[in-house]
Amino acid sequence: MSDIINISRRGLLKTGALLGGGLILGISLPLRVPPSEAVPPAPPLEPNAFIRIGTDNTVTIIVNHSEMGQGVYTSLPMLVAEELEADWTKIRVEPAPVDPAYNHTAFGMQMTGGSTSVWSEYNRLRNVGAAAREMLIAAAAAAWNVDRASCRAENGKVIHRSGTSLTYGQLADKAAALPVPKDIKLKDPSKYTIIGKPMRRLDTPGKVNGKAVFGMDVYIPDMLTAVIARPPVFGAKVVSIKADRARAVPGVKEVVQVPAGVAVIATGFWPAKKGRDALEIVWDKGPNAQLSTAGMREQYANLAKTAGVVTRKEGDPDQALAKAATHISAEYEVPYLAHAPMEPLNCVVDLRTDRCEIWAGTQFQTIDRDAAARVAGLKPEQVKLHTTLLGGGFGRRANPQSDFVVEAVQVAKAAGRPVKVIWTREDDIKGGYYRPMWFDRISAGLDADGNPVAWRHTIVGQSILAGTPFEKVLVKDGVDESSVEGAKDIPYAIPNILVDLHSPKIGVPVLWWRSVGHSHTAFVVESFLDEVAHAARKDPYAFRRKLLDRHPRHRGVLELAAQKAGWGKPLPHGRAHGIAVHESFGSFIAQVAEASVSPEGTVRVHKVVCAVDCGKVVNPDIIAAQMESGIVFGLSAALHGAITLKNGKVEQSNFNDYEVLRINEMPEVEVHIVQSNEKPGGIGEPGVPPIAPAVANAVFAATGARIRQLPMTAERVREALKNI
Amino acid sequence: MITLEINGKRHEVEVDPNMPLLWVLRDHLGLTGTKYGCGEGLCGACTVHIDGDAVPSCQVPAKDAAGKRITTIEGISEHHPVKQAWIAEDVPQCGYCHLGQIMQAVAFLKENPHPDDADIDNAMGGHICRCGTYQRIRRAIHTASKTAAKGGRK
Repeated sequence: MSDIINISRRGLLKTGALLGGGLILGISLPLRVPPSEAVPPAPPLEPNAFIRIGTDNTVTIIVNHSEMGQGVYTSLPMLVAEELEADWTKIRVEPAPVDPAYNHTAFGMQMTGGSTSVWSEYNRLRNVGAAAREMLIAAAAAAWNVDRASCRAENGKVIHRSGTSLTYGQLADKAAALPVPKDIKLKDPSKYTIIGKPMRRLDTPGKVNGKAVFGMDVYIPDMLTAVIARPPVFGAKVVSIKADRARAVPGVKEVVQVPAGVAVIATGFWPAKKGRDALEIVWDKGPNAQLSTAGMREQYANLAKTAGVVTRKEGDPDQALAKAATHISAEYEVPYLAHAPMEPLNCVVDLRTDRCEIWAGTQFQTIDRDAAARVAGLKPEQVKLHTTLLGGGFGRRANPQSDFVVEAVQVAKAAGRPVKVIWTREDDIKGGYYRPMWFDRISAGLDADGNPVAWRHTIVGQSILAGTPFEKVLVKDGVDESSVEGAKDIPYAIPNILVDLHSPKIGVPVLWWRSVGHSHTAFVVESFLDEVAHAARKDPYAFRRKLLDRHPRHRGVLELAAQKAGWGKPLPHGRAHGIAVHESFGSFIAQVAEASVSPEGTVRVHKVVCAVDCGKVVNPDIIAAQMESGIVFGLSAALHGAITLKNGKVEQSNFNDYEVLRINEMPEVEVHIVQSNEKPGGIGEPGVPPIAPAVANAVFAATGARIRQLPMTAERVREALKNI
Repeated sequence: MITLEINGKRHEVEVDPNMPLLWVLRDHLGLTGTKYGCGEGLCGACTVHIDGDAVPSCQVPAKDAAGKRITTIEGISEHHPVKQAWIAEDVPQCGYCHLGQIMQAVAFLKENPHPDDADIDNAMGGHICRCGTYQRIRRAIHTASKTAAKGGRK
């Protein structure tokens, strides 16, 4: 259990925020950093506030996770407000500064990722809220000179049984002088009025009136804007620069070479971009000049025929396959994918000799702050990082290399003035840090009764974590867990299983992309399982259900989705259902997609029924929104997304050739949430993995064509239709 | 010097006449509600109204906007049925695209006050939302249409 401390009492934070008094409640917790990681220990009682109660009754919740659409600026305050018995209309949100006290409770650094925010904070923030509530009650009891048992907290007030009441604002100063109670009793969940309810998002009004501030919207005095000419091929180096024409663009102030390329610094985005486009740069294309998707595909396919590092082995799959009555095998492929958040990457840096201030929509506060300090030649405590709203993250703003922050510090260093570096959309699409391209070879054997007896799955693709600071902790015995998640842990009852992995080193930067390894493994596993069901002449839903006997949560969502979708009932002509179930990030999701295929091969998804078991529910409307969101994100990839390379160059550049789902392709989405008392699971990512296989399975059911390669473009579907 | 009439106010700006209106609004006039998303008129995040029509401001050189009536998200009343509907349906997630989506919806509902889903998809097809709020956008546009029909402020 961590310690909760009363910051206002210790008089440590005499900042503007505190003028006028009030109660600030902080929490200090022991750092939980793996011993191998060189993070300096924090002072034991560094003050960090999660709650600030003003004399005007506002309750400000300082949120330590980044808001990128997934709703943490609402769901996390709900945890505090519930225990605090706060008036929801008085809740305000403030992003946390970088400080060890705001570290993720499991990962030992301040970050947002892995769909972990709610479970990271579930206990901590409820405790913080409850402690403040007890202090406010004690303050009221003291003021009235009554037994505290005769007082209760409700909707932002402490009420005595006589009916007298004081608001939290009136009590804040008095409560600030009290010690934090040692034994805090949390509410009985049956009394919850906020947790589990569809509370409205606190960030909506600002996102509708234009006042919400994203990184892109940060303007500071004296600031210039930079656009960087980036290498045309990953790893290419500048040989020479001719910048006369760039410098001649009115508004261009400077052209500087930085490790990321050549930065044009100007009075605004437009002159910077015009200047960038006028640069004449000779590049040494380096070792990746011949890289092509076609070549990689061949390399991966060959690798897939050889044995990789074994990540799971049960029984004797080879022998079981040899003996099986029926044997089926297939190859699956998925391409590189860009995250393409709507807000292109950007970062504002104000670098001075003894300090540095940064504004960034980042998912990786501690890592970015420390990287900036190293580049700036400052101590981490001299760097102040402000987290803005993120115009989408999807993993791209959680880069162990801190690419978009580090380069902005380097440009600011060269500029000698505050700078905002902006990535163009083309920079974003071409700039790498993609979801890896994957190639899978998979086989299964069935006995004479159609029961699967063997499963053999070989995975080929780049490791995301190799070469990053996470490698030491998360790559074990040559296996990057994120490469095999969702494949090595398949829940189906199959006695002989082998899952092995090849992790070729390729010069294309890769990164976690919403749902990470699951974005690929669910497609392969759930599509191939459908193939196995078909080979066994069984209904794909019934086949799964039987094999999930020992996995009640998988089975629960599978049954719920099938039932709500009317599995097995007739559909309009040409349409068919496909089903998939997948566990990721502690949550269980099943989806039934209803799809049809046009004679030209265009796949149309009409409806998706989604069942989700994410344990205890904090905000059902945000859960529904995240399921809708994950389905759209997954559909973009399933139907359109592909980054390809030719002669080392990325072939896509913007939303014309890196297409994403638009409203005209949006299926009707229906979300059903399982009531559960299990530990809260993730919600931002788990909606993504099942959709691609659910749609591919529906395409098979509708046409008999099996899609084994994403995206399922019309051309590819036509090809598959020919091969029936 | 270019004179622009934005949200009913005249602004004189000294900029490259070919600078897209988007960057004049953001970098020179502090109207940051209009967002940069793609720079090619492919995503709709930068949508504003010019003489009542919804257009991507990244595709409009400043000189072409001179003398026209420009409205940005900041110029749409907080009580407008579309803004109210976006709040009522809790549409935004990351929120970055919605300023443009709202501008499109406002212009579209003026032309077609009672759209069906197909009309909505057709009108909103130029806008990308990576968070995938499309279902709620449809719902919010229907809600706004109903409120406006009941006499909600436009």
